[in-house]
Amino acid sequence: MAAKLILSMDGLVLKEITLTKERTTIGRKPHNDIQIDNLAVSGEHAVIVTILNDSFLEDLGSTNGTLVNGQPIKKHFLQSNDVVELGKYKLKYINDQGAKGASPLDFEKTMVLRPGATPKAEGPISKPGTSQTVPTTPAAQPSPAPTTTQPQPTAKPFATSQTVPTGGTSHQTMHVSASQPMSIAEPMSTSQAVATGKIAAIQILSGANAGREMELTKALTTLGKPGVQVAVITKRPQGYFITHVEGANFPIVNGRLLDAQAHPLNDHDIVELAGVKMEFFYKT
Amino acid sequence: MNLSQALEIASCTDPGIVRSHNEDSVAADAAKGLVVLADGMGGYNAGEVASGMATTVITTELQHLLEETPPYQLEPASGVPYAEKLMREQIAKANTSIYQAAQSQPQYSGMGTTLVAAVFFDNKVTVAHIGDSRLYRLRGETFEQLTRDHSLLQEQIDSGMITPEQAKFSQNKNLVTRALGIDPTVEPEIHCHPTQLGDIYLLCSDGLNDMVSDEDVGMTLQTLSANLRLAAQQLVQMANDNGGRDNVSVILVRVVRDYAAPKGWLSRFFSWLR
Repeated sequence: MAAKLILSMDGLVLKEITLTKERTTIGRKPHNDIQIDNLAVSGEHAVIVTILNDSFLEDLGSTNGTLVNGQPIKKHFLQSNDVVELGKYKLKYINDQGAKGASPLDFEKTMVLRPGATPKAEGPISKPGTSQTVPTTPAAQPSPAPTTTQPQPTAKPFATSQTVPTGGTSHQTMHVSASQPMSIAEPMSTSQAVATGKIAAIQILSGANAGREMELTKALTTLGKPGVQVAVITKRPQGYFITHVEGANFPIVNGRLLDAQAHPLNDHDIVELAGVKMEFFYKT
Repeated sequence: MNLSQALEIASCTDPGIVRSHNEDSVAADAAKGLVVLADGMGGYNAGEVASGMATTVITTELQHLLEETPPYQLEPASGVPYAEKLMREQIAKANTSIYQAAQSQPQYSGMGTTLVAAVFFDNKVTVAHIGDSRLYRLRGETFEQLTRDHSLLQEQIDSGMITPEQAKFSQNKNLVTRALGIDPTVEPEIHCHPTQLGDIYLLCSDGLNDMVSDEDVGMTLQTLSANLRLAAQQLVQMANDNGGRDNVSVILVRVVRDYAAPKGWLSRFFSWLR
C-alpha cells in the first residue's frame, strides 16, 4: 500500500491523495498534482519525491514557506504521521508500509534492485519452507596464534572512576587490586540492555579495594587484569552472564571452576577472579 | 607462503531469532589468508544455495590458484597484483554458476547473493564486495567501515538526499543495487588496503549492522579483542538479543604477525625458516 497524504483545513478533511507518482507537486496553479487554491500558497510551492517506500518533501522556494511538524523546512525526509503545513492547509503524511503492507518479515528481506526494473518485477523473494542443509565450506578454526594481549585501552584507577555513567558508550574501568592491580572495563550500552530488568552490581570482597562497588549498567563489563586473567559480564535481556576471555585460569563462581561457556549469574553469587573475590547482586 | 601464523581468524554464523534457516554462508582459510562471506536471497532454500555456491566456488578455486601464483606477484600487463585478478575472475565464475543454476532450475529462479571476500598478502588486504555485506576495520581505537554498500540507501546518502542519521529510519533498507547471480555479468568493487599489526577486520552480513550499531560493534571488538572467537559469538548474540530479525554472520581476522612478501633470496630464506 502506497503512502498517502490527507489534506485538511481547520480540522476539516478535504481530500486524500495517494503518492503513486515519483514527483507529486503541490501549489496554487492548476497544473499541480495537488492544487490548493489559496493566496498563501505559491504557484509552485513544494514537491514530494517518492522512491519506493520513502518520500521526500522539498520546498520550491515558496513565498510563505513549508512547515513540517511546526518547523520550517527546505528539504525533509517524511516519516509517517508528519504534518506538513502550507498556509492554513495541513497535509498529514501516512505511511504504514512497515506495519501493514505485506508481512513485515517479507519486507525486511533483502531484494535486488536493478536499473529499469522495479523490485516488484523481480518477484518477491521469500524464503520459507523446509530447511535444508547446504554443504558450505567449513569455517576455519582460529589458528593457535601467539596472541599477545593488548592492554585494555583505558584503565583508570577505580578510585577515580567511582561514578558510574548511566548512558553513553564510554569506557569505564576499575581497579580491584589484591596484590596486583586489576581493572574492570565497562564499555557500551545497548538501549535494549539498559531498558530491561533490574540493574545488578559487583562488590569487591577481598584485596585492597574490598568494599568497592560497581553497577553493571552496560552490555559488557570486563573484569580482571589484561594479560593475566580477564572475564566479561554481559548484560542480556534474560539476565547477566559471565564468560572467560583470556588467561590460563578460568573464573570461579560459588567455588565452582567455570569452563569456556557463558555462565548465568544469580543474585549473591561469589565470583573469584585472579585471586580477588567479589559478589554479584541485584540492586533493589 | 603460509599465513596461518600471521592471521588469527574466527567466524560465527546464526539463523537469528525470526528466520527458520540460514541463508548466510562463511568460509575462511587462514593459511591462504582468504575469507569469504555471502548473504543469499531467493525463494525456498535458493538463498542458501546461492550463498553456498558463492563461498564454495570462490574459496576452493582461490585456494588452488593461490597455490600456483603468489598473490603479490604483479600481473605484467596491468601491474595489478594477481590477487585482484584472481578474485575478479573467480567472482565472475561464481556469478556465472549461480546465474545458470537460477536460469535452468525453476526453484532457483531469481536467487542471488551479496558477497564480501578478502585476500591477505604482503601486509595488505584486497577486498572485493557486491551488495550490502561489509568489511570493517578496528585499528587502535578507530572502528570504521571500509566498504560502501551497493544499496539504494547508500546511493541516497551519497546523493545527499538523506543523512546517515535519517537512513536509520528509512523503509528502503534492504534493497541492494548489485548482487551475485542476478545478471549474466557482475562488477565487483575491489580495493586494496595496507594492514598493520594488531588490526582486526570484520566481515559481516547486514543481519549484524542492521541490529547492532557500529559504535557497539566497535566497542565489543575492543573489549573482547583478547578472545576473537568470543568476540564473534558476542556480536552474533547482540544481534539476536536486539531482535535477531535476519541471519547474522561475522568473520573476524586479526593481524598478529608481519606477512610481507618475500622479495630477495634472503627474505625468502627467512620466510622459509618460519
